[in-house]
Order: sequence, then C-alpha cells, then structure tokens
Amino acid sequence: MAVEVKMPNVGESVQEGVIHKWRVKSGDFVNRDDVLVELETDKATVEVVAENSGVITIVKKQGETVAVGDVMASLDTDAKGSTAAKESTPASSKPSEKAEVKLPPPPTSSSTAPAAQSDLSPAARRITEELGVNPSQIVGTGKDGRLTKGDVIAHVESGSSKPQSGSNQANAASQPSPVKASLGSSAILGARSERREPMSMIRKRTAERLVKAQETAAILTTFNEIDMTNVMKLRNDYKDKFKEKYGVGLGFMSFFMKAAIEALKTFPAVNGWIEGNEIVYHDYYDIGVAVSSNRGLVVPVVRNAERLSVAELEMAVGDYGKRAKDGKLTIDEMTGGTFTVSNGGVFGSLMSTPILNPPQSAILGMHKIQERPVVVGGQIVIRPMMYVALSYDHRIIDGRESVGFLVKIKECVEDPSRILVGV
Amino acid sequence: MANFDVVFIGGGPAGYTGAIRAGQLGLNVACIESRGSLGGTCLNVGCIPSKALLQSSENYHQVKHKFSEHGIQIGKLEFDVAQMLKRKDGIVSGLTKGIEGLLKKNKVTYIKGKASFVNPNTVKVALTDGGSEEHTAKNFVISTGSSPIELRSIAPFDGKDIVSSTEALTFDKVPEHLVVVGAGVIGLEMGSVWMRLGAKVTVIEALDRVLPPMDGAVSVEMKKILEKQGMNFLLGCKLLKAEKSGKSLKVTYEQEGKSKDLSCDKVLVAVGRRAYTDGLGLENVGIATRKDGKIDVNHHYQTSVAHIRAVGDVIDGPMLAHKADEEGVAVAELIAGKPGHVNYQAIPNVVYTWPEVASVGSTEEELKAKGVDYKVGKIPFMANGRARCFGETDGFVKIIADAKSDKIIGAHIIGPNASELIAELVIGVEFSASAEDIGRSSHAHPTLAEVMKEAALAVDKRALNF
Repeated sequence: MAVEVKMPNVGESVQEGVIHKWRVKSGDFVNRDDVLVELETDKATVEVVAENSGVITIVKKQGETVAVGDVMASLDTDAKGSTAAKESTPASSKPSEKAEVKLPPPPTSSSTAPAAQSDLSPAARRITEELGVNPSQIVGTGKDGRLTKGDVIAHVESGSSKPQSGSNQANAASQPSPVKASLGSSAILGARSERREPMSMIRKRTAERLVKAQETAAILTTFNEIDMTNVMKLRNDYKDKFKEKYGVGLGFMSFFMKAAIEALKTFPAVNGWIEGNEIVYHDYYDIGVAVSSNRGLVVPVVRNAERLSVAELEMAVGDYGKRAKDGKLTIDEMTGGTFTVSNGGVFGSLMSTPILNPPQSAILGMHKIQERPVVVGGQIVIRPMMYVALSYDHRIIDGRESVGFLVKIKECVEDPSRILVGV
Repeated sequence: MANFDVVFIGGGPAGYTGAIRAGQLGLNVACIESRGSLGGTCLNVGCIPSKALLQSSENYHQVKHKFSEHGIQIGKLEFDVAQMLKRKDGIVSGLTKGIEGLLKKNKVTYIKGKASFVNPNTVKVALTDGGSEEHTAKNFVISTGSSPIELRSIAPFDGKDIVSSTEALTFDKVPEHLVVVGAGVIGLEMGSVWMRLGAKVTVIEALDRVLPPMDGAVSVEMKKILEKQGMNFLLGCKLLKAEKSGKSLKVTYEQEGKSKDLSCDKVLVAVGRRAYTDGLGLENVGIATRKDGKIDVNHHYQTSVAHIRAVGDVIDGPMLAHKADEEGVAVAELIAGKPGHVNYQAIPNVVYTWPEVASVGSTEEELKAKGVDYKVGKIPFMANGRARCFGETDGFVKIIADAKSDKIIGAHIIGPNASELIAELVIGVEFSASAEDIGRSSHAHPTLAEVMKEAALAVDKRALNF
C-alpha cells in the first residue's frame, strides 16, 4: 500500500520549507518513527519522521522548496522486511505497464485508533491494569493497530510511561488484586483523564538544548541583589521624553545590557566559550535576550550590542519581542549570541537559577523588583530591590570572576553614571 | 472471443478461489482448466482423496487395534479396498462439481482446455472437447500449480508399480511391501494408509529425520510413534535405483557408504513437487522460470509482465492449498484495486498421519539459527483428560514465544486432531497474540484444546495441570 509523506504543518506562519537533507534514500526500508528528512523553515529545522514502516521512494530532492501538504516521498507499506523473497520485483516491471492496475486506496486511520480497555486481548488487559498504563497512549503493532502485550512491555521499557504503582510485587502487596483496585477506583476518585499533544518544534529544541547544557557544562549559580533606586529615578525622569523621541518605552533591560557589556569587558571569559581544548574569547558582544512567545521561549540576539545606545537597545529588544509574539523571527536572528540576559521578573520571579544557552558560558537572570527593608548607612530603609543571578560554566569561569562580574553589574545598575564614565 | 477483466489459468485452489473472489468483486472472469474437473491437485489427487483413504484406513485400524481396550469385540473383521476407493471417488466428484456450481454462482466462465500464451494479452485454449479458441484479457493469473517430481534416471514412473502420489491413491489392492522414497508429508500420509491396511512399509529418506521442515521435537516424536505403528525407516539413506526384477521390484539404496537392496512390490516416489508451467507459452510473453521451475513475482504477485500475475504452487512459498487460496483471494483483490495481503507467518502446515501434526510460525531450530531469544511451553497430551478418554495420548503441544514480548512466534502440535487444534494458534499469530493471551482465554473442559492453554501457561512456567 502506498502512503504519502507530506510536508507537515510545523507552525502557524510557516507555509513552506526547503529540503535540507534526506536521511534515507529511495529504496530504503524505514521503520515507523525513523527520521526521514530535515526541513529548513524560516523558524527552525524540522525533522519529519515516518508514520508507517515501508520502502521509501523520494519525490522531492534535496534543496527543493516544498509547501505545507506537498508530497515529499511515498512509502510502500506492503514491502516488509519479513517477506523479502516476495519483494524481488522483476526487472522489467515497468511503471507504464502498471497503468492498468488500479492502485489500492490509501490506508484508513484505523492503525492509530486508540484501544478501548474492553477491546484488549486478555494479556494486554492484564498488563495495562497491573502496570497502570493507559492503553490509548500506546501505539499498537498488532493486526489493524491492535495493542499487544509486547507493545505494552516495550512502551513501559522505553520510559514513555512509568508504572503508576511501582513494581508488580509492590502492587500485589499493597492492593488486594488489580481487578478490585480498578473497580474501586472509579468510586473513590474523580476524573483522571489525561491529554497528550505532540511537542512543538520550539519546545523540542528548547528541551534538547537545555538537557545538552546540563550534560556538558559545570553549571553553578551566584546571586546578588541590586538597589534599583537610582535607575528607577533615572527612568522616571526621562521615560516620557524618551518615548517621545524614540517611540519606545525606556525599560530596565537596556541598563542591564549596558551593565552586562561593561562586566563582560572586565571578565572576558564570561563572554567566551569552550571549543574542544580551546577557549574562544569574543571581542564583540552579541547579547541574547530571552523573550517569551506563545510557542515557547525564544532567544533573539542583539548583535554588537556594545555599539548600540540605550535607545537602540530598547528598540532592538522591543522589535524582537513584538516579532516573537507574531512568530516572525528568523533562524538567523535566533542563532549565535555570546551571552544571554533573561528576565524572569516580568512573570514575578523573585529568584531563579537560569540554565546556560549552549555553547555560551554564562547567563544573567533578572528578577522582580520588590520593596524590601535594607540597611543603608546604619539605617533600615525601604528600597526597591532586585535579586540577580549569574549561572556560569565553572569549567572556564572561576568563582572569583563570576562574583566579580555580578558585583560589576550591581555597581553599574545602582550607579548608571559608572557606565557613562566607564569605571 | 471474449475480452475478460481477468483470466485464471488453472482451476486449483489458487485459481478457482481467486476466480470466485474476482467474480464477487464484479469483474468479468474466466477460469481455464485442462484436467476435466476443478479443484486442482488438492481436490482431485491430493488433500481430499488422501484424507478420504486416511479416514477409511484409520477407522479399520481403530477397530482392529483400539476397540478391544474399550471392551468392544468384533468377530471377523474385513475390509474392501474397492469400496474405500469408490467412497473416495464419490467424495472427490461431489466436491469438484460443487466448485463448478460456485463458479456459475459467481458468474465465472469455466473454460475446459489447456491454455497457452500467444502474446501478453491473448491465450489460445486447446479445448478438451476438441478445437481451440483464443481469449483476451486485461489481466492474467497463472495458477497452474505443481506436479510430483520424478526421479527419471533412477526410478522412472511406470504408472503401476513405481508411482507418484496420484497412483498411490488408486492401488486396487493393498501392497505387500510398499517402499516410500521421501519421509515428507505425502510419503508419511500415503505410507500410513497402506500400512494400516496391512502393507509392510519402508521409508527411505536421505536426511537423518522425518518431516524435515518441521520442528525437531515433532520429527523425533513422529518417528517414534510411526515406528510403534510398524513403519520402517531407513534414514540417511540415498535411493540409487528402483527397477523391475522378475515379478517384484528391486530397490537399491546407499546406507553409510554401502550399497544395499531390498525387494518390494510397489515404490512410491514422494520427494517433492515441482512448479508446473509446461506448454503455457511463457516464452511468448517473455516470462522466465527459475531453475526450480517457479516464477518470480513481486509482492503484488506481478510477474515481469505486470498484468500477468502468478499465485499458488508456481511461486515461492510452501506448496499448500490454503496458501494458494489465500493468494488467489489476494490477487483478485489487488486486480480489483483493493488492498490484498497474505500473512506468510500465519499459514498453518498439517500432516494427516495419526496422530496428526500441525504447525504455524517458526520452528525452534529456525529461531536458534536466527539468534532469537525465545521461551518454550510444551505439554504432552498424556496430561489431558479428554485425550485419555479418547485413548489418544501420544504427542504434545509446543508453543514458542518471544522471550521479551511473549508474542507467539511458533506453535507445533503432534497429537489427536492437531489439524483442527492449530486454528486457534493461527488466529493467535495473525493477531500478534502473546502466549499469555491464550493462557488467559477460557478453554472448554474437557477438551483437547486445553492442552493449548496449558502449553501457553507453560511458556511462563505456570502450567496448572502438569
């Protein structure tokens, strides 16, 4: 049976993509869930996986542009590895001669129909009840997509679903019997429905990058707090004029970016990263600014931020934020960056430990400004305070540097004239 | 001259079943058969007549050897070979006529004659009743089956004493000493028939085991049981010559490098079957046959000429009627533009000796060779109440499951009614059942089928009654 492999709908504003690389070639036998092709869209690189097993015939070549819904390849699902002897298509079986032969219709979607508990085979019913897994979340490999005992075992072993109540033995000890437990549960508990949705491309990428960062770097976080009195006064004094002149609001982000650039100049390792056995120091300052979009967190990069004025920084950040919400950032704009600033404060975070954006070696976390009693000159006074955090890769940044870096930021933000003077 | 949507050449299980299915799907269908009756080898000179004789001879054997145990005494016991053959022929003709009726019912044109390709769209049929006609069709299906292999140089068929399975079904009296060449399905079945009726039977087999493709444990058990019944085996022996010697036959064979001979009155050569495409005119359409006579097809049963397809014994796979009819149905559906598929992992294989042998899926030897991790559950019929009541306790059920997923990957039965019992496990394999699925399904008590359940439980080492 021939199944078409189409360009998937990968995002609301993505209409087309370019075939970056085929991971398989025509004639290959592919298993369901194998990655077939990498597509490059203006958002991200997308991997398309096989929804069925079969022998693939590629239709669109590498470099070709495909629109959403375009057929990129077809899969012959009848050609199975197990019937290899039957696959030897005689050499002279030409397509033209096949013209008279009507092609079978495309498969129905029955193979993905969720299994109702009552329809399960006895062993599949027993094992799903015993392990507390939801059969509708497991893809069946039996006839017409039926769930087999082996499917449940493979599902649990793959870690896709953890048994709800530990091992069989523990289950047997704590519960009278699986049957009774399931009868009782409906009376005791309320609705226990679950939903499963595929990860968005951005979520998948974020997940991969974050785990990679955790696995690679020796991440440590140092904290400090900043008295925002002066910078707030400055902002209040000039925000109207600023808005009038530049058309954007004067926020704190630009001050922190400016402060960060000063600190990066002082501690170059924080603006560098490890490549193999070398440390790469950057004499330019491309600052990533984490902004949220409804599809997840994205980090557009302000290039050569050291050459931009406060107004230009605000404009750049404002533009990115707006386009992130519209889903219009390009891949170029989201790659690179030598350092990242993330402001969890907009969501009300008081303190957090940001994760590195690899291969970068450090990330500055800004937080909520909160009025707190602090001691200034022997007096308890109320000041608008912000905790700041610097997560860094301890492999190339020493504790002294990281603490000094954060102190430098604190000094610059508490006394913005230092930025002007450069001390 | 008619223009058909599809013409099936050969009216055996593949051809007539495919023709019926094609007719059901609304195609304009013809089925050409030269034998004079439909049903092919299976119905005319294979499965059905052999089973008729196996039943007659087993009935006699039961009365003679097993009734006394039940307290039944019969004074003088006689049998009439002529009546047995008459009964067999009646069954065959009834069934073949039935198929003619089925073709009519499904509007299939039945053409009696021998077909030969003139060109890729035309066959010429030499009609059985004389004369010839040409037919054109959009699609052709070659379903011409197979014929017994003849050992022409050392034991040529003479139609009377040195024979194939066809003639072994029509011996008008019980041979005194029947030598069977080949310990495969046909050899053991036909050997059983005449042995039960009193013939001395000697089986010569080149390999060192009986039923070579079956599971090793089944082969061992089968040999043991048949020897108990009186069958003689010369395993690892090679036939050198079978020839007339006065009134009897002299059979020469090689055993451990030495030439030996024995005397007998009939020789059945049952060393296999060969795809039959004689006179089909394949050369006129450019379809080649392999060295073994078979035709190569793709998974849509298309030959090198796409609209000429082939199914049944002429293509790869076991030469089994039920494999052929599954393919016949699949090819009809494919031609009609529907998805047609045969699951070759779920085709049962049966030997109608007594006890019977039946299997589906892989043998333990195959799995070992492939390095598959498996578990085995094996329960003897001796442990089953119904089997004891029947007085049929020989044999066992052996279920092989994947060590991890518990999926049934092979099942082998030797025992009473194995041919019927296997159906449960075929459905199991078809639906990817685990051994536990069978073990958790209720089986009526007391039945032979309970052995299946116990064997399934034994896979997980938790048989309840063994």
